[in-house]
Amino acid sequence: MIRLVAQRATDGAAVEPRFDVELVAVTKRYDQTLAVDAISLRIPRASYCCLLGPSGCGKTSTLRMIAGHEAVTDGDILIRDRNVTDLPTARRGTAMMFQNYALFPHLNCLDNVAFSLKMRGIGKAERYVRAREFLELVEMGEFALRLPAQLSGGQQQRIALARSLITEPRVLLLDEPLSALDPFLRVRMREELKRLQRELGITFIHVTHSQDEAMALADLMVVMDQGHIRQAGTPRQIFEAPASVFIARFIGGHNVLPTPSGLVAVRADRCRISQAGNGAQFSGQVVAVEYQGPVVRVALQMQSGEQAAALLPDNTYFATPVQPGDPATLVWSEADAHPVAVS
Amino acid sequence: MTVLPLAVAALPRLDRFASASRRLPPWLVSWLQVCPLAFVLVVLFALPTLLFVVVSFWDYDRTGIYPAFVLDNYRDLLTTPATIRVYLSSLVFAVIAWAITLFLGFNIAHFLIFHVRSAAVRTLLFLLCAIPFWTSGIIRTIAWIPFLGRNGAFNQIVMGLGLTSKPLDFLLFSSFAVIVTYVNLFTLLMVGPIANSMAKIDPALIEAARDAGASRWRIMVEVIIPLSKTGIALGSILVFTQVMGDFFVVKQMSGGQSASIVSTLATEIQAMQYPPAAASAVVLVIFVALMVAGMMRIVDVRKELVK
Repeated sequence: MIRLVAQRATDGAAVEPRFDVELVAVTKRYDQTLAVDAISLRIPRASYCCLLGPSGCGKTSTLRMIAGHEAVTDGDILIRDRNVTDLPTARRGTAMMFQNYALFPHLNCLDNVAFSLKMRGIGKAERYVRAREFLELVEMGEFALRLPAQLSGGQQQRIALARSLITEPRVLLLDEPLSALDPFLRVRMREELKRLQRELGITFIHVTHSQDEAMALADLMVVMDQGHIRQAGTPRQIFEAPASVFIARFIGGHNVLPTPSGLVAVRADRCRISQAGNGAQFSGQVVAVEYQGPVVRVALQMQSGEQAAALLPDNTYFATPVQPGDPATLVWSEADAHPVAVS
Repeated sequence: MTVLPLAVAALPRLDRFASASRRLPPWLVSWLQVCPLAFVLVVLFALPTLLFVVVSFWDYDRTGIYPAFVLDNYRDLLTTPATIRVYLSSLVFAVIAWAITLFLGFNIAHFLIFHVRSAAVRTLLFLLCAIPFWTSGIIRTIAWIPFLGRNGAFNQIVMGLGLTSKPLDFLLFSSFAVIVTYVNLFTLLMVGPIANSMAKIDPALIEAARDAGASRWRIMVEVIIPLSKTGIALGSILVFTQVMGDFFVVKQMSGGQSASIVSTLATEIQAMQYPPAAASAVVLVIFVALMVAGMMRIVDVRKELVK
């Protein structure tokens, strides 16, 4: 880790680049299908960036193009002000952690982690010392001599992480790193990824289809769909003002409602159930009530046919409970309604 | 609570009734399942093997064979310089054929698995590799004769191109011809198992190696070869045992210049000298088994196959 910091200091001796990664109109075309359509993005120094979107939205292709595992059809990729578009994978200053970890099954953990040092011609003694340092970093020191098949999914992931970090990348690329873990472990590893990113002070680009994951981790959240970036910003910016119906639906927790002035998105936790109200309102019928602990989710079917939901704090709900079948009115304050684009 | 124990007590009896009427006891099921393979192995493998082991100790003369327990057959076999010579020459053939088929087989498998992108094209190319196997090995062996002969196609081409004025004589009825035929016959035995091993390699491993800065050559040495070693070992065993057990190719293609282990054995059988032929077979089986055991020590094929 000390070494990583030192490397950054020497890089900065010239002009400190403002961005770790810049994508300039990057396009990926497979035969006739357009996977990524001229996307541009700037990722500031040492940030945690999440590429979020449904499957087939182009997020993984984007990640693989940054890594150099996929050729760019058109456009440029810059890493710390250096154009890497045509550089081979190993010379870009990136490292990739693969979805199913891709650990070498015939090598023990120590050799897996030391692999890239071996490829650089570093002697056995030295590379094992370094590899042990990185195994300690991910708290896997005691498993050095085990084979990957003898480890649990979470442990394999730590080894994969150590293996990619030992190359001292400027940018770590993570392809759905948490999707193979059970929910409990996922939350723990999530914290750990964030901690590592902060401590190492490098940029992580993390591909995911889970909005929870992206919201929890990202400094910069990039929502993609059909090869386009639909919205980029902090999770809070996006959650508080989703730009389109797609984003409001995809990140969840929003109602998209037709009003006389057009479609608006309203956070479900800002909606209330009432017999009659002063603000904007829709009347309909309760179709489901879900108790979720801190909140109760009341799902409504509007007379006009739309589905909507209100997330009520439990004490608010239990003060005036409703049952499925009850008539109800959804109310919200005008200030909470954000106009959204249709797509 | 009071009703429940009664209901539970009634259940096992019902269950026993059902199993007695419809099912055989589990131990019998297991034995029946093992039966067919055990029958084939015992009747077609164990008994004949036992038979020639027994016969190898029998006595014989010009008129017949006699049950006995003599070691003369083995003594004669192992003290004849011809035996050593023929084993050595077979071993040399086996090693050369193994090296060439391994080189070719590995590269063909590598091409088919890692370079051919479309599954349809891959299947088609595999079929092309297998087409020669639609005819028997004997025909494929003989088919080389008009090609390699003194006035064969190859010599005509070479002379037609003016590369040589006299026909090349070493092409046919030579060790060269034997090796060419072995390579032709047995390369697919290498391609199959190696391609099978390679197909199991997760492509992400190769990307991970490239990500770590491995060149194409290092990817080959550090990732692909270690992960293909089961296939390499299986293919090696197949080719090696085929060459050691061959007699037709050597007889046809060497033009009588080389003998094979099996050809001396065949001569004895034609002379109805079964006991020395049986002794010869026992020694060959032990020799090949030891060589295979040696290969298995390097790569535990069974352990790898279970994965």
